[in-house]
Amino acid sequence: MKDFLLTRRQFGITAAGIFVTFTLAPELVLSADQPLPGALSGTPMLDAWVLVGSDGKITIFTGKVELGQGLLTALCQIAAEELDVPMSQIKVVSGDTRLTPDEGYTTGSQSIEYSGTALRFACAEARALLLEKASAALGVPANRLKTAEGKILSVDGRKLTYAEIAKTDLLHHRATAKIAPKPASQHAIVGKPAGRIDIPAKLTGLPSYVQDMRMPDMVFGRAVRPPGPRDRLEGVDIATVRSMPGILSVVRDGSFLGVVASREEQAIAAREALQQSAKWRTAGDLPDAANIYTWLKKQASVDEIISEKKSPNAKQVVKRLEAAYTKSYVAHAAIGPSCAIAVMKDRKLRVWTHSQGVYPLRRNLATVMKMNPEDVIVSHVEGSGCYGHNGADDAAFDAVLLAREVPGRPVKVQWMRDDEFAWSPFGSAMVMQVSAGLAADNSIADWQYELWSNAHSGARPGRPGGINLLAAWHLDKPFAPSSPRPVPVPPGAEDRNALPIYDFPNQKIVRHLVKETPLRTSALRALGAYANVFAIESFMDELAVAAGVDPIAFRLSYVKDPRARAVIETAAAKASWKPGFKSDGTKGRGFGFAKYKNIACYFACVADVEIDRKAGGVRVTRVVGAADAGQIINPKGLEMQLEGGMIQSVSWTLKEAVTFDRARVTSRDWADYPILTFAEVPEIEVHLIDRPEERPLGSGEASLGPTAAAVVNAVSSALGRRIRHLPISKEIIKQAS
Amino acid sequence: MISLTVNGKKRMVDVKPDTPLLYVLRNDLELNGPKFGCGLGQCWACTVIMDGMPILSCITPVSAAEGHNILTLEGLGSIEKPHPIQKAFIEEQAAQCGFCINGMIMKSKALLDKTPDPTDHEIIAALDPVLCRCGTHKNIVSAVRRAAKEMKK
Ligand code: FES
Ligand code: FES
Repeated sequence: MKDFLLTRRQFGITAAGIFVTFTLAPELVLSADQPLPGALSGTPMLDAWVLVGSDGKITIFTGKVELGQGLLTALCQIAAEELDVPMSQIKVVSGDTRLTPDEGYTTGSQSIEYSGTALRFACAEARALLLEKASAALGVPANRLKTAEGKILSVDGRKLTYAEIAKTDLLHHRATAKIAPKPASQHAIVGKPAGRIDIPAKLTGLPSYVQDMRMPDMVFGRAVRPPGPRDRLEGVDIATVRSMPGILSVVRDGSFLGVVASREEQAIAAREALQQSAKWRTAGDLPDAANIYTWLKKQASVDEIISEKKSPNAKQVVKRLEAAYTKSYVAHAAIGPSCAIAVMKDRKLRVWTHSQGVYPLRRNLATVMKMNPEDVIVSHVEGSGCYGHNGADDAAFDAVLLAREVPGRPVKVQWMRDDEFAWSPFGSAMVMQVSAGLAADNSIADWQYELWSNAHSGARPGRPGGINLLAAWHLDKPFAPSSPRPVPVPPGAEDRNALPIYDFPNQKIVRHLVKETPLRTSALRALGAYANVFAIESFMDELAVAAGVDPIAFRLSYVKDPRARAVIETAAAKASWKPGFKSDGTKGRGFGFAKYKNIACYFACVADVEIDRKAGGVRVTRVVGAADAGQIINPKGLEMQLEGGMIQSVSWTLKEAVTFDRARVTSRDWADYPILTFAEVPEIEVHLIDRPEERPLGSGEASLGPTAAAVVNAVSSALGRRIRHLPISKEIIKQAS
Repeated sequence: MISLTVNGKKRMVDVKPDTPLLYVLRNDLELNGPKFGCGLGQCWACTVIMDGMPILSCITPVSAAEGHNILTLEGLGSIEKPHPIQKAFIEEQAAQCGFCINGMIMKSKALLDKTPDPTDHEIIAALDPVLCRCGTHKNIVSAVRRAAKEMKK
């Protein structure tokens, strides 16, 4: 806990900054009104991003956090590359309100684009400053010096270490972004596979997660949630539970109920006892699960035409096709339920959390606790895999509410499995309705697309207009959540990837953001893109069949972008796609493609499946993907992200649906909510197209939509009937057979 | 007092006999390998090996472990000297978030002790109940294959 008081200064350096001017090639100079690149624009001081310690160790700072996909390793590679130091000499500090820049949330696979770009420029400039300083010290012009392995080498054989030069406050000055980072052709670390910096510790049982943190005097907390989202606590026998062994506090504030105990199993036992004795007023206000899609379409919504195109040259429509697609609510279902630690002392609060945004969480916590944000320190520590806005922030607030009861003692709150399944926000159910007109030559002359969905974004802590922390809604003086707001496309949220990537003469795309949120929804990997790509790519197949054209050739006739074409063609070639595939009634083949958010990673997928009509089984036997994510930072990492997304997508597509009755969520453990297991995982191949001169593009979410589409198209081809609902349940297969 | 043998060392713990072994390992013995995933015996995140058999520590009362040899992830190897299975997982980069990997490695250890040369089918069957949400399955299977090869040498 000495860490409690550690300040930013202790990481670093003292003394005055120096100012150096450089002569630059004209094209590298930023004009005065040009914003600094990436996240530098918001946090322009160099030493906010990188420090060179007097021991020569480099510390880099990022406001982004590790979500389990290797982001910090990629950032470390970038810094090592620009600074010419080995990765092992770099310490990465991430997501900490005392220490790192405020970069909002780590979401949408943009971290390399923002934080990575900032670090790239900051480290390039830091290296130039080191060189300049060395040049003065050695009396050798900077262009006669080079850097390697954390040292500066002069042509005359003299050497200086970074540590020797960095004694002053060298990096305490505003970034200019006038030092060009290395061109891709000079990269020795970026673009090469690098071992993840966090993996050895995780695999040998060293403390790596917030769940693994232990502190002196630490105690254990549990929250006792209502059965249904809007149920109210009417009565509970607190006295009996207080007398149970080890109980330090039982907290009731309105409908928030929680317990603090000396030992974890005591807290769990008390939670069970409280659950037994609590009397709740059931709201019973969930919609009928059987009619959820009709319900969605009937609700008041924020509607917007997000794209409308009318071409005077559009051909006459001679045939019209229509289809409606639906997708269930999906859960994050991380292997480790949410966890947090909080300690409160003398009106100061310290929180350890696996939140995606430590600064926004701090803002919400400060408001609810009526504290100054400066008195609240929020630090990110990894949790189990994070696929979007899960229960991390809520667990953090639970810990804070409980920590208030035992001042000075850190309280660790570990959500139980059913807390996680019932209370983490869900990926929304969606309805997508498409209609297209074919011209006499079988080309698409007109495309109409409408979608209905609950919010996929906007429900995170720190968003304006409300407090987005679960327990805050249950307090005696409750706070209201902020109301969902649309996110303009691109990137969009509910309507992410609702804009077809294909070039149609006439089109109209309408988004209905349904405001009524009976089941809490928020950002889950790929947001609306998963369902929109599923719908668009399914319908493209339906149109291709109607037009009598091979589905890939059909798509290619609407794609001009050479990068998109290359990705589609690579996937097709690697999977040995042959036009005219005929199913034998059990085997199926399908294709799917998208450019994530219409602005990020290109991904195409071919899926092979086998169906068992009698049992209703679907087995995805093989998926072959191709991706263009611009410049590749870490090929191995990129491949894993894409593969992980493909497997998760197959799991969502074949198996996953949150279940609920009129009162409560009923999928509360792994038996109610099965996910894909080893025996069901397909053979996977991913082919990467490197574009070293292009910007790196976010890719963590790119593979989900296209994979789902490929699987659905494959199953439909095997069945000889169209599947228009996700997940593809056994019943759907049996009914269609 | 309950006496346990964990990773070859005798440990005394003062807990109720029905306390799940998982909490004793994590909170009293300060081990990090076994993870809490569900507490229901459904995910295998909490796997430890008792007398050569992989068990679910979240639903095993500590009293049932008395007199038996418990092996956890920490007992396999360390970051400086990883066990060949840990080494193979590191070499294959077989982890995304890594939360499931304790179960993967411990199940693999139990498998390879009995079946040093497993077929892919045997690897998949052994690991099938261990849940992974990040989709790391492919690299995990490669890691077990690599470990088997290394351990035969
Ligand atoms: S935590 Fe023991 S099986 Fe899930
Ligand atoms: S690596 Fe995250 S759950 Fe398996």
